[in-house]
Amino acid sequence: MSLHTEPVVVNIGPHHPSTHGVFRMRVTFDGENVQDVEPVIGYLHRGTEKLAEERQYSQVITLTDRLDYVASMTNNQAYVLSCEKLIGVEVPDRGKYLRTIAAELQRIASHLVGVGFFLAELGGFGGTALMYCFRERERILDMFEMLCGARITVSFMRIGGVFQDAPDEFWPALRKFLDEMPRYSEELNKLIFESEIVQARAKNVSVISAEQAIDASMTGPVLRATGVPWDIREAAPYDAYDRVHFDVITASGGDNFDRFLVRMQEVEQSLRIIEQCYRDIENGPVRSTTSLLFRPPPGEAYVPVEAPKGELGFYLVSDGSIAPYRCKIRSPSFISLTLFKEMLVGWKLADIVVSLGSLDFNMGEVDR
Amino acid sequence: MYGTGMLKAFGVTLQNFLRKPATIQYPEERLPQHPRFRGQEFTWYEERCTGCASCAKYCPLGIIKIVTDPSGGNDQDGGTYKIEQFDIDQARCMYCGICVEACPYDALHMGTRFEAATFRRQDLLITIDDLRTRPKHPSAWFRPQLAREGFDPFTEIADWREVGRETYFWHPKRPEMVPEDLEQKASSDGEYKINEGNN
Amino acid sequence: MGESLAENVVYRNVYEFAIGAFGSDLAWLAYAIATFSLVFLFVNVLMLLATFYTWAERRLLGRFTNRLGPNRAGPFGLLQALADAVKLLTKEDIVPRNADRWVFNIAPIVMLASVLMAMGVVPLGKNTFLADLNIGLLYLVAVSGLGSIAVLMAGYASANKFSTFGAMRAAAVLISYEIPLVMSLLAITILSGSMSLIDVVEAQSIPFLLVTPMGALIFLTAMSAELNRSPFDITEGESEIVAGYLTEYSGMKFGTFMLAEFAALIVSGAVFAVLFLQGWKWAFLPSHVWMLLKVGFFALLATWVRSTLPRLRPDQILSFAWKFLFPLSLINVLALSVQRLVFADDHGNLQQSDLWIMALSNWILTLFVIPILIRLTNRSSKISTERTIELQLGKGV
Repeated sequence: MSLHTEPVVVNIGPHHPSTHGVFRMRVTFDGENVQDVEPVIGYLHRGTEKLAEERQYSQVITLTDRLDYVASMTNNQAYVLSCEKLIGVEVPDRGKYLRTIAAELQRIASHLVGVGFFLAELGGFGGTALMYCFRERERILDMFEMLCGARITVSFMRIGGVFQDAPDEFWPALRKFLDEMPRYSEELNKLIFESEIVQARAKNVSVISAEQAIDASMTGPVLRATGVPWDIREAAPYDAYDRVHFDVITASGGDNFDRFLVRMQEVEQSLRIIEQCYRDIENGPVRSTTSLLFRPPPGEAYVPVEAPKGELGFYLVSDGSIAPYRCKIRSPSFISLTLFKEMLVGWKLADIVVSLGSLDFNMGEVDR
Repeated sequence: MYGTGMLKAFGVTLQNFLRKPATIQYPEERLPQHPRFRGQEFTWYEERCTGCASCAKYCPLGIIKIVTDPSGGNDQDGGTYKIEQFDIDQARCMYCGICVEACPYDALHMGTRFEAATFRRQDLLITIDDLRTRPKHPSAWFRPQLAREGFDPFTEIADWREVGRETYFWHPKRPEMVPEDLEQKASSDGEYKINEGNN
Repeated sequence: MGESLAENVVYRNVYEFAIGAFGSDLAWLAYAIATFSLVFLFVNVLMLLATFYTWAERRLLGRFTNRLGPNRAGPFGLLQALADAVKLLTKEDIVPRNADRWVFNIAPIVMLASVLMAMGVVPLGKNTFLADLNIGLLYLVAVSGLGSIAVLMAGYASANKFSTFGAMRAAAVLISYEIPLVMSLLAITILSGSMSLIDVVEAQSIPFLLVTPMGALIFLTAMSAELNRSPFDITEGESEIVAGYLTEYSGMKFGTFMLAEFAALIVSGAVFAVLFLQGWKWAFLPSHVWMLLKVGFFALLATWVRSTLPRLRPDQILSFAWKFLFPLSLINVLALSVQRLVFADDHGNLQQSDLWIMALSNWILTLFVIPILIRLTNRSSKISTERTIELQLGKGV
């Protein structure tokens, strides 16, 4: 005699300790197996694209900080690159190197947050690895404070370069960070990636294939974890990326564990890039124009950058006035969320939060 | 158990147990802030301000409200407007610093504090009397001459003659604003080129 | 009445005082008063230890994560537990509308009751126990089952899907880990010849931790699962189902659940000390201090494990119990039975030299069996233990 069971719909709601921001899911469970997932987004919508139409090009930079609030330097960079292509402004060399250094530091900080929350969601008390990652992130945020006076919403970049040169105390701090970080990342590797419990929880879970990822327009660490070596820094270099050597990290599994491993290895590659920039940077101007008011000719521009979460780009349309006519944001987190239903169906309740964490999305970007 | 990888994790935790904790006991101890910190409580020099309202124009949120009296007369000859109202609404300010960057006369500077919380939202509005009477601790954000002199905005007070940049931004008809030792101070902090009429 | 308690200092003094006050006709009254005072003392000590452990755990977890723990409420944050209690007492007591009121209200009481009942048999020092049951270990097993019933009650009664999830997971875990726990207790019974906890301590001429390391390992793991601690804390997995069966509780009911959980940890620490570490027997310090230190050692170990290991998925927990711990406990019981048959004399006693030989053979057996069993388990659940990273480093720019 078989028991009659019914699937149950649980609302893992916007108030939850582990969704990355205000994100709501309606999950249909059969016991502990996930049968269907329906995401509900829009809880953090602030109308960034509409607000951008009413502000001058240089004022929109402050809006872009708040998109992916964990990684604001790369948001700035993406927007400013599109603006420069639209307006036709060149960036001096030292500005390019400073931008690269800031973007790579931001990549390390963002990946530290992602990996730290990986272990927090696995249940490592919610402490240990998270605290260690945040301790390292504090040093990066202190360096950002030296650069531009703010830690999270930086507004560091301007059209035509960087807003101001780095102060003298920045370079010793950067040197100290570069010397001490490899030891901490080795410690994190020992704590997280060599532990069998983590491997048992995250290996071969939520596997996506390369075809699925490409069909869903995934980019960033999620795509590279399925084996496709696509990195915009290498394919379409901007700023100083055509002058530095680094490796594109791929892994062949496409499961949760590989996504996090790719992120941790990218941290080491970022350290390598910053080393080279530190060595190669020369004195000079950091900004080619101090103007804050621009009136570009009518046209459009789209320059994608490799944000820590994927490919980020601002599609700007100008009609000759001082504000963009249309500013469309191609945010990687929003596109990642289209795939997560296939990632979750067939797995268990305990895998939901880990898989979401492995996508490393940020609601500020999803909802804009 | 599953194997020996977990024992390494125990080693890492033990190592961190024996380390000095990274906690800062606020409010008795504080983290050191950089002079470039973009803080609350703006610093405004009335002697330098001409009432051009560039800061109000460039603020992305539109929180600066400037009301001037144009009946002063000699505004075309290098005079200043008479400023009747200069409000900065800190409740909605995002401390981006574009107002500071936009001011052509180096009259507005960011402050240094971050603990200026009040009990009522109306108290967060900075009026012109606050701006006049508050002690002047300008942050070194976007003011490279302050940073170069080693000015510590948390303890020192800067006079209006000390905070001006030495570039071309002074008003050509206000000669008293040009520092005497212009040659020594006119170095380039990044060689701002004169912009070709984009303004 | 109460002859087994006659050596207890507190009991004896209160009894004689009561006899003196009421006369020996009312001996039953004197007995009642004396036992009540002893019970009062025990319960208070347990509760104090539990609250002290909440403070200690938070400080320890803080140090493991490179920060301080609570340090504002009182010197070194010692009054933090008091602050928490006051906060919980002043919170509004919410009962969901669809909840089953009786079951909802009684569940925390049942949980606390099970822990307090378990305290009845566990000694806290020499001649410091409430009852010397000759089926002490069996009683402990029965009472800990009552705790799992309380979890089920709580999860069912709150009309919340998260609570239901937590309760079902709790049921599965607690059932699976009863058997290895009981079998490790069975191994202790084989070694000591009796189920009474006092006799187990008396029989340990060398600590049973040395004699049966497998049994200690099984006991530690199974007890962690019974107590819902990392890495088995899926019932209140904070990152997944918010708080599991505790989600709908607020105020002092939540406090009672938490208190019962920490008190259960103290009790199992005491049981561990009694069964495996020779109880109160060591020299140089009074017996109560030794018991406290051993309980503290167990608590430290539990906190260290909690701060390091992430939690396992429910199906992995169950497979770990049934595929690894259960065969291991069977092997343990088998080995000890064989050794007892070989070494015991006619009265069924084991000499200390016999125990040393058993210890040596058991350690060798453990070092052989555990890797083999790990390999078998991993193969059956397809977990690879090497770090299989195939990183294809790209061609570089």
